[in-house]
Amino acid sequence: MSGHSTYQPQSPFMQWLERRLPIASLVYSSFIAYPTPRNLNYWWTFGGILAFMLGVQVVTGIVLAMHYTPHVDLAFISVEQIMRDVNYGWLLRYLHANGASFFFVAVYVHIARGMYYGSYKEPREVLWILGVILFLLMVVTGFMGYVLPWGQMSFWAATVITNLFSALPGVGEPIVTWLWGGFAVGNPTLNRFYSLHYLLPFVIAGVVVLHIWALHMVGQNNPTGVEAKDDKDTVAFTPYATIKDGFFIGLFCIVYAWFVFYIPNYLGHSDNYIMANPGQTPTHIVPEWYYLPFYAILRAIPSKLLGVTALASSILILAFMPWLDTSRVRSANYRPYYRQFLFIFFAAVIGLGYLGSQEPSGGYVIAARILTIYYFAFFLVILPLLGLIEPTKPLPNSISESVLSKGAAA
Amino acid sequence: MKSHRIVFAFALAASLSVAVIETASAEDAPPRQKWSFSGPFGIYNQAQLQRGFKIYKEVCSTCHSIKLLAFRNLADPGGPGFTEEQAKAIAESYQVTAGPNDQGQMFQRPGTLADHFPPPFPNDQAARAALGGKLPPDMSVLAKARGYEWGFPKFVFDAFTMYQEDGPDYIHAILTGYTDPPAGEPLPPGTQYNKYFAGGAIGMPKPLTDGQVEYTDGTPATVDQYGRDVAAFLMWAAEPTLNARKQLGFQVMIFLIVLSGLLYFSKKKVWHDIAH
Repeated sequence: MSGHSTYQPQSPFMQWLERRLPIASLVYSSFIAYPTPRNLNYWWTFGGILAFMLGVQVVTGIVLAMHYTPHVDLAFISVEQIMRDVNYGWLLRYLHANGASFFFVAVYVHIARGMYYGSYKEPREVLWILGVILFLLMVVTGFMGYVLPWGQMSFWAATVITNLFSALPGVGEPIVTWLWGGFAVGNPTLNRFYSLHYLLPFVIAGVVVLHIWALHMVGQNNPTGVEAKDDKDTVAFTPYATIKDGFFIGLFCIVYAWFVFYIPNYLGHSDNYIMANPGQTPTHIVPEWYYLPFYAILRAIPSKLLGVTALASSILILAFMPWLDTSRVRSANYRPYYRQFLFIFFAAVIGLGYLGSQEPSGGYVIAARILTIYYFAFFLVILPLLGLIEPTKPLPNSISESVLSKGAAA
Repeated sequence: MKSHRIVFAFALAASLSVAVIETASAEDAPPRQKWSFSGPFGIYNQAQLQRGFKIYKEVCSTCHSIKLLAFRNLADPGGPGFTEEQAKAIAESYQVTAGPNDQGQMFQRPGTLADHFPPPFPNDQAARAALGGKLPPDMSVLAKARGYEWGFPKFVFDAFTMYQEDGPDYIHAILTGYTDPPAGEPLPPGTQYNKYFAGGAIGMPKPLTDGQVEYTDGTPATVDQYGRDVAAFLMWAAEPTLNARKQLGFQVMIFLIVLSGLLYFSKKKVWHDIAH
C-alpha cells in the first residue's frame, strides 16, 4: 500500500537504458517510492512550493532576458518596452517581480517551519546549512534583480548596499570600487549584476539538488520530531505527498495571482518608476519588503562596521542553530517554553520588518534596538540555556502511535 | 491556547513598533476618488481617456513630455478607443524631428503612427532654461511613479480591497490642491502652495481653471473633473495593458480555483484510508 517498492523497468528500451544510465530508477526512488512521514502537515508543502517558484522565476526570467537591455541609458526604457510592446510582456514582468516576493514568502514559511519543528537538529545539520546557503543566494539574487530595472530605488539600493562593504577596515574602499567596476554605481555595475542575476539561479538550482540529496539521506522530519521507524510510520512520496503539495501549490498560486493580476505594484515602490538619477537621492530609501527586518537590524546599530556585522550575523547565525540549541527534543509541540519564545521571535522579526520601512528616528530606533537584542538573544542565550532547563512534554513512541492516538481522541 | 500565544506575541511586537509612531506627514493625504479602473473588473472608460488626452494635449504637453507613448497606442485595444484614422490624423498634427537626410541634415516632418509623442523641449536643459530652473517630469509612467504612504494598518486592508490607485489619486489631488499658503509660511520664489505636495511648495503654477478646456459631451468643465480625467489618461499611459490584465486575471482565477478544488478532492480520496 505504501509502495516501498523498487523500480522494475518493463519495456525493453527502459531495461536497455537502466543498464546504462539508471535515471528512471533514481527518479522512481526519489520522487515516487521515497518514504515520507504520514503525519506531515501542510507546512511541509512549502518545500514543493519553493521548487515551483524557482521554476517560475527561471522560466519568466529567461524570457525577460531576451528583451531586456543592460545599459544605464536603456535599461529603464527596455523594461517599459517589455510592459508595452512585448506580447504578454506585462504578464512576464509582473510574474517575475511578484514571483520574487512570493519566493521569499515561501522561504520564510519554510524556515519558520524548520525552526518550529526542530528540523535543523541532528542528523539534519548539513541539510539545514545548505538551506541557509540557499537563502543567502536568494537574498543576493533578489537584490541584483531589483537593480536591473534601473529605477531610483534600484540605483540607490545598489549604492547603499554595495557601500556597506566600505565599513570593512582597510580593504573596504578597494572592495567597493572592485564591486562597482568604477568609482560609482554605473554601467559596469549594472552589467555585472545582470550577469550574476542570470548565473545565480542556476547555482541555486545546483544547491537545491544537494539540499534534496541531503534530505533523502536523513529523511524528513515531522510534526512529532520522532524519527520514522518502520513502514507503518511512512507513506510513499507519490501519490501521498505529491497530491498534498499540488493542492497547496494551487492555493499559493491563487494568492500569487491576486497580486500579479490585481495589485501588481502593491509590493513595489513608486519611486522605482522614476529612472535612476545619480544626482537626486530619494527622500527615503527602502529595500524590498523581504529585506526589511535585516535593514532594521543594520540601522539599529550606530556604528557602521558593527551594523554591517550584525546584518551579516543575523543571517549566518541561522547556520549555527543545530549547535546553539541544546534541547534533545525537536518539535516545539513538546517544548512549551521554546514555543512561546519562538512565537515572540517571529513577532520580533515582523516588528523589525515594519520598523525597517520607517524613518530611523526617535522611538523607532529604540524599538528596533530592543527587537534586535531579542533577535540575537534568542539564538545566543535562549536556545542554549532553554534546552538545559526546559521541562518537555512526553514524546510519543512512534509516528503511528501519535497518529492513532489523535485519531482515537477525535 | 495556541492562538492565544500567537496573538500575545504579535501584540507585543506591534506595541513595540506601533506605540512609538507619530504619523507626521507634512502633506495631506490625497482623497481617494472613484475610478472606473479600480477593483477586479474595473477597466478604463474610453470617453474619460479621450477627455484626459484632450487635457494633456491642450495643457500638460506645453511643458511635460510623454516619451514612451506612441501615436499608434491611441488606437490600441484597451485605450482611449480612437480609430486608426483618428490616431493617424492626431499624429499628422504633430511635427517630429527626423533624419539625418542625404544631406546630413535633421528635418521636420508630420508624425506617423509609429512615432512617439515629441517632447516639448529638445532636452532637459532647454526645459529648465525655459521654466525657471524646474524640470517638469516626463508623464509616461507618472501615474505609477507617484503615490502616498498610507501606513499601518491601512496598507494591509489595501491588499484585500485591491487599492492600486494612489498614483491617479495623487495626481488628482495635486491638480485640485492649490490653496492659499498657511499664514506666516513664506514660500520660496517661483513656487506656489499645494497642500498635497511634499513640503507644500510646488514649482508648477496652477495649470487648470474651470472652463479652460472645452468638453463637448456634456461633462462638467470643472478643475475637479479635469483632474480626474487627466489622471485616468495618465494611468492608461502608465499601464496601457490594464484591461487585458484584469480580463486574463479573471480567467486565471477561475482556473486556479477549479484546479485547487479538484486537487483538494483528489487529496482527500488518496488519503481517505490513511490516518495522519
